[in-house]
Amino acid sequence: MISDVAASVAGLSHRYGRRAALRDVSFALAAGGFAALIGPDGVGKSTLLGLLAGAKRIQHGQVDVLGGSMAAARHRRAVCPRIAYMPQGLGRNLYPDLSVRENMTFFARLFGQGARERAPRIDELLRGTGLAPFADRAAKNLSGGMRQKLGLCCALVHDPDLLLLDEPTTGVDPLSRRQFWDLIARMRAQRPTMSVLVATAYMQEAERFARVIAINDGALLAAGTPEEIKARAGCATLEESFIALLPEGLRAGHRDLTIPPRRAADGEAAIAARHLVRRFNAFTAVDDVSFSIERGEIFGFLGSNGSGKTTTMKMLTGLLPPTSGKAAIFGQLIDGGDPALRARVGYMSQSFSLYTELTVRQNLALHARLYALDRAAARARIATLIAEFGLGAHLDTAAAALPLGIRQRLSLAVAIVHRPELLILDEPTSGVDPLARDAFWQLLVDLSRRDDVTIFVSTHFMNEAARCDRIALMHAGRVLATGAPAALVAERGVATLEDAFVSYLQEADPAPPPPTPRVQPTRARPTPAPGRDGISLRRLLAYAIREALELSRDPVRLGFALLGTAFLMLVFGFGINTDVDHVAFAVLDRDRSPESRAYLEAYRGSIYFAERAPIAGEAAEERRLASGELQLALEIPPGFGRDLRHGRPTEVGAWIDGAMPFRAETTRGYVAGAHAQFLAGRARESGLAVTAAPATVAIRFRYNQDFDSVNAMVPSTLAMLLALVPAILMALAVVREKELGAITNLYVTPVRRIEFILGKQLPYIAVAMLNFAILTAMAVFVFDVTLKGSLTALAVSALIYVTATTGYGLLISSFASTQIAALFGTAILTVLPATQFSGMLTPVSALTGFPALMGRLFPMTYFLPISLGTFTKSLGFAELALTIAELALFVPALTSLSLLLLRKQER
Amino acid sequence: MRRALANIFWLATKEVRSFLHDFALLGLMIYSFSLAIYAQSQSTSQELRNAAIAIVDEDRSALSRGIAQAFLPPYFKAPVHVTASEVDRLLDTARYTFVLDIPPHFARDVLARRTPAVQVNVDATAAMQAGVGAGYIQQIVTDEAARYAARVDAAPSDPVGLAVHIAYNPNVLTSWFNSIMGIVNNVTMLAIILAGAAVIREREHGTMDHLLMMPLTPFQIAMAKIAGNGAVITVATWLSLTIVVRLLLRIPISGSVPLFIVGVMLYLFFSTSIGIFLGTVARSMPQLGLLYILVAVPMMLLSGGNTPLESMPLPLQYIMQASPSTHFVSFAQAILFRGAGIGVVWPQFAAVVAVAVVFLALALLRFRRVTAASIG
Repeated sequence: MISDVAASVAGLSHRYGRRAALRDVSFALAAGGFAALIGPDGVGKSTLLGLLAGAKRIQHGQVDVLGGSMAAARHRRAVCPRIAYMPQGLGRNLYPDLSVRENMTFFARLFGQGARERAPRIDELLRGTGLAPFADRAAKNLSGGMRQKLGLCCALVHDPDLLLLDEPTTGVDPLSRRQFWDLIARMRAQRPTMSVLVATAYMQEAERFARVIAINDGALLAAGTPEEIKARAGCATLEESFIALLPEGLRAGHRDLTIPPRRAADGEAAIAARHLVRRFNAFTAVDDVSFSIERGEIFGFLGSNGSGKTTTMKMLTGLLPPTSGKAAIFGQLIDGGDPALRARVGYMSQSFSLYTELTVRQNLALHARLYALDRAAARARIATLIAEFGLGAHLDTAAAALPLGIRQRLSLAVAIVHRPELLILDEPTSGVDPLARDAFWQLLVDLSRRDDVTIFVSTHFMNEAARCDRIALMHAGRVLATGAPAALVAERGVATLEDAFVSYLQEADPAPPPPTPRVQPTRARPTPAPGRDGISLRRLLAYAIREALELSRDPVRLGFALLGTAFLMLVFGFGINTDVDHVAFAVLDRDRSPESRAYLEAYRGSIYFAERAPIAGEAAEERRLASGELQLALEIPPGFGRDLRHGRPTEVGAWIDGAMPFRAETTRGYVAGAHAQFLAGRARESGLAVTAAPATVAIRFRYNQDFDSVNAMVPSTLAMLLALVPAILMALAVVREKELGAITNLYVTPVRRIEFILGKQLPYIAVAMLNFAILTAMAVFVFDVTLKGSLTALAVSALIYVTATTGYGLLISSFASTQIAALFGTAILTVLPATQFSGMLTPVSALTGFPALMGRLFPMTYFLPISLGTFTKSLGFAELALTIAELALFVPALTSLSLLLLRKQER
Repeated sequence: MRRALANIFWLATKEVRSFLHDFALLGLMIYSFSLAIYAQSQSTSQELRNAAIAIVDEDRSALSRGIAQAFLPPYFKAPVHVTASEVDRLLDTARYTFVLDIPPHFARDVLARRTPAVQVNVDATAAMQAGVGAGYIQQIVTDEAARYAARVDAAPSDPVGLAVHIAYNPNVLTSWFNSIMGIVNNVTMLAIILAGAAVIREREHGTMDHLLMMPLTPFQIAMAKIAGNGAVITVATWLSLTIVVRLLLRIPISGSVPLFIVGVMLYLFFSTSIGIFLGTVARSMPQLGLLYILVAVPMMLLSGGNTPLESMPLPLQYIMQASPSTHFVSFAQAILFRGAGIGVVWPQFAAVVAVAVVFLALALLRFRRVTAASIG
C-alpha cells in the first residue's frame, strides 16, 4: 500500500438541492504532505473534507484516499481507522458533558483499543498538548484553544495516516493558535508519513503550509506553494492574492479600503467603563475592565471566543447588569430601562439580529415602527438605507435566504434605522468572505467619518482590528492593552499586530511551553483485515458508557425519566378514573307525597348519587342542567302518590346530561337500578309476587370484583408510561447527535450502525427498567393494587417491552432531523395508539379496520394484557407465552427498520 | 399608552409571521385541529361498539337462541358459541369481554316462574365497556325472557313507568364529545407550545437581546407574544369548529360559537402565560417539550374533559378548581353541548380571568427577570 499520493480527487462535484457546493474540483495531496484549503465560509471546503473523510456520500467524481476509492464501502471500512477527521466548529464531534479523559477514552474504544493499550497513549497525548492538568474537566468548560487541542488529541489517539482538520483555529486566540500549529509541526516531525490537510478561513495562517489550495464558490481558484500563489497574483499577502485571483465580475466595485483621518473629538466620552466586573456563579467572565471611547471613534475589541467581549458589550448596552463597576454612555449612567438612552444606541448582536423569516422590506419596516419613526420619515429613511446598502435587488427575499454578506448589511441597516449616535457591533463579520467584509467596513467608515457615529466593534480578525482607530486586547475577561494598533505594535517592538497580541498574552499568562510529546509511532496493534471486522462489543460498550455518562449529567432528562414518570403515574392513576359515582342530581317533586319521598329514598340511599338542592321549576331545571351543576334531574308528576295508590299508571321523568357519553350511559343504568329497587321494595311491602322478573342476570365482574377502575387503570397506566417515556427519551438521543454534530463519529470511525444503535439503546433500557421497578412498587404500595400473578413473568416481559419501545423511539429518531421534530413526532405517533388503540379504553377485540391495524402494530397492545394479566388475573409464563413471543418479535423488526433508515454516510 | 399598544400590535404581527414560517409548528397545529379531531371523532371508546361476546348455551331452547340473536351490531359482534371449559382461557387472554352462561332448562324454568339466573362473566379490566355492556346485557336478557314468558300469559305492567331522556346528546355519541373535547385540549396544548416556542426561538436566535435594545419594555414583548399566538389559536379554533366539526362531521352545536370564542380568548391569556413561563424555565426546545408533558398533560387530563371530575380523589378535585383548564372545559361543555348563555357561564369566565391575571403577572415577572439576566 505504499503510494506517494495520500489522497486525490478528480472531477468532484457536489450539490445541496439546487445549490452547487463543489464544481469539478481536482487536486492531489502527497503522502506526508501538509496542505491548506483556503477560502471564505460556504465555498465548499467542509464538503470537500467531509467527502475525503468518507462522512459524505460522493455524488459525482472520483475520490481516492490511501490507495482506494472512497465510493467503495469495503475500502471505507478498511481505511477509516487510518483517517482522522476533525469537523468544523469548536469541538463539534466532542461530547461537552464528558471530561477530557472520558472523551479520549471513548474515541480510543471506538478504534478498538483495550484499557492497557489506550491508557499510556492518552496520558502521552495529554502531557504533550498540556491538557494533563485538565484531564477531569468537562469539555464544555474548556476554553476554545483547549477544546481544539482536545479535538486533536481525540483525532490522534489512533495514529492516523491522514489527518483532516476543518477550520481548527477559528475563534481561538492567537497564542493558542500558534501553540496549535507548533503541536501539529511536532507531530509531523515524529510521524513524517502522516499527511495533513487543513481548511482555514484565516488566510494569513496558510502562509506556513507547504501547499495551498484556494477555493472560491465551489471551484478551484489556484493551487501551489504560498510563494507561487502570491507571485502569480503579484500581491504581498495571501488574502490580497485571493481577492486578486477572483474572477473579474466578482471583483468589480471592490476597491482598497481607505480610512480618512478622524476629526478631533470634543465633549465627553461616548462610552466610559470603570472597573466593570461580571461573574456568573463562580466564573468571572469580565474582570475589572476599564476603557473609554471618544465620540466618532471606531473602537475595536480584539479577543478570542470566550474572552469576555460579548459580556462586556452586553453590560454596556444595559442588557446585563454588572456585578460591580460602572459604565456610562454619553455621560449618563447605564440603566437598562431608559428608552431615551436606547434610542441613541444601535446594537447588532453576534447572531445577526434579524428575523430570518421576514423579508428585507418587512425587517426594515418593523424596526422603523418599533423605533417610533412616523410614517413619512420611515418611508424616506428606508428608501435611503436600501439605496446606500445596495439592498434594492433583495427587497422581497426572506432574510434567511440572503447570502451571508447581504444579510449582514441588512443587519447593519436595521441597527441604524433610527440614526443612533453610538453603534455597538458584536463580531459582525465572522463567517463573511473578504470582499463582503471590505464592503461592510466601507459602510462603517462612512458612518464614522461622515455621520460622526461612534462605532464599538468586536472581532477576532487581526486585519479588521488594524483598521480601528483604537483597540483593546481582551483575554480571559481582562483588557491586556488599549491603544492605536500601530502604537501597540511599536510598543512591543514587533512586526505585526498578531505578534503584539501574542507578546501581551505571554506577558499576562507566562505558562511554560508544553513539553514535546513522545507519542510512540509504533503500530502495536495489528491492522484488522479489511471487511472481516465483525460486531465489536467494545465499540458497542463505548457508546453505551458514553450515553450513560451523558444521561447521568443531564438533570432535565434524567429528572424527567425518573421523577417525571413517577409523577405522571400518580396523576394518571388517580386522575383517569372511569368509575361513575356521586352523580349530582336534584328533584322537581310536583307531588310531595309520602310515595314520592319513598321513591326518592331509592336514590338518596345509594352511593352512586349525590343530591343537590331541590329544583324550583322548569326554567331552573333547564338552567342547572345547562350549567353542568346537575347531571341528573328527576321529575315526579303531580298526583304520583295518588295514582300509585289507586294502581293507575304514572311515569317518573329522568333527564340525564348526555355531554359525557359513558357517564350518561352508566347513569342510565343506575337510574334503572334505583327504579327497579323501588318497585321491588313496593312489591314486597304489598305482598305481591307477580311483578318478579321472569329471569335474573347474575353479573360477575371478573378480575376486579368491586369493579373499581383503579385495578384496571394502574396496570394500564404502567404499560402506557413504559411506552411513552422510553420512546420519547430515546427519540431525542440519536437526533441530538445529529443536531449537535457528534453523529460525524458514526460516519468516520469504524463503529458499525448496529453497535451504535444497540450501544445507545442499552442505557435507556436500563433507565426504563428502573422506571418499571418504581412504577410497579407504586402500583402495589401507593395504589394498593395486588400483584396476583408472576412477578418474574411481568419483569421479563417488561424488559422485552421497553426494548421494543426504546426501539420505537430509535426508529423515529433515525429519520427525524431535529430534536423538536423527533419529540412531536414521537408524541403524536405514540400517544394516539397508546391511549386509543392498544386496549386501554376500548378493548382491542372491539376495534376494526385502521384502528385495529394501528393497534396490532404497536407493542403496547401486547404488553397491556400481560400487565393486566399478571396484576389482576394471576397469570404466569404458561398462559402468557404466546403474547410474550408476539411482543418479542418487535425487537428484531424495529431494530432492522432503524438500521435501514440510519445512514453510515451523510448525504 | 398609544405607543405601547402600537408596539404590541407590530410585534404581534411579527409573531404571527414567524409562526407561519415555522413549518414544524404550523404542521403540528394543522394536524391537531383537523386530522386529530377527525380521528378522535371516529373513536367509540365511550360507547358500546363491536363488543366481543361469547355464549355458553347449555339450554339450546328457542329462548336461548332468541337471546343470542338479540345481540346486534353495532353494539355487539355476532356472539360466538363456546363450551364451558373454555371460558377461563378466553377471558384470560382478553379474546372476549363478555361471556354469557345460559344454564340447562333455562326456558322451562322461565315459564315455570322459577326465576332462573343467567350468569354473565365480564372482564372488568375493560374500562368503560365493562360497565356499560353489563347494563345492556342485563336489559336484553330480561326483555327476551319477559317476551318469552308473555307468550304464555300476559305479564302485568309495572305500576310506575320510567321515561329516561338523555339531554343534549340523545344518541349518546362519543364523536360529539370527543371532537369538542379534542378542540378544547388543543387550545391548551398549542397555547403552551406556541408561546413557549416563541420565547425559546427568540432566545436561541439571539433576537431577544436585540428586542431589549429597542425602546420596548419586557411587558410589551411578552404581551405581543400572548396576543400574536393567542390570535393564531383563536382563528384555528374557530375554523376547526365551523369547518371540521360542523361542516364535515355534521355535529350540531347548540350554543353560541361567538360566546365560546370569547371564552377561548380569556382562557388563552392563562395558557399562553403558562407557555411563556415554561419558555423562560426551559433552556432548549427539547427541554420545553419534556416540561410540557409534565405540566400540560395533567392539566388537560384532570380538567374533567376526559374523565368525570367528581370521581377523582377530593384533594385533587380542589387542586383542579384552581386550574382554569377545569373551568374552560366546564364552560365549553355548557356552551357548546347545552346551549348555555352568558347568564349561566359567567362564574366560570370570572374564575378563568382571576387565575389568568395571577399567572400573567407571574409569567411577566419571570420573563422580565430572565431577559434582564440573559446570558449570551
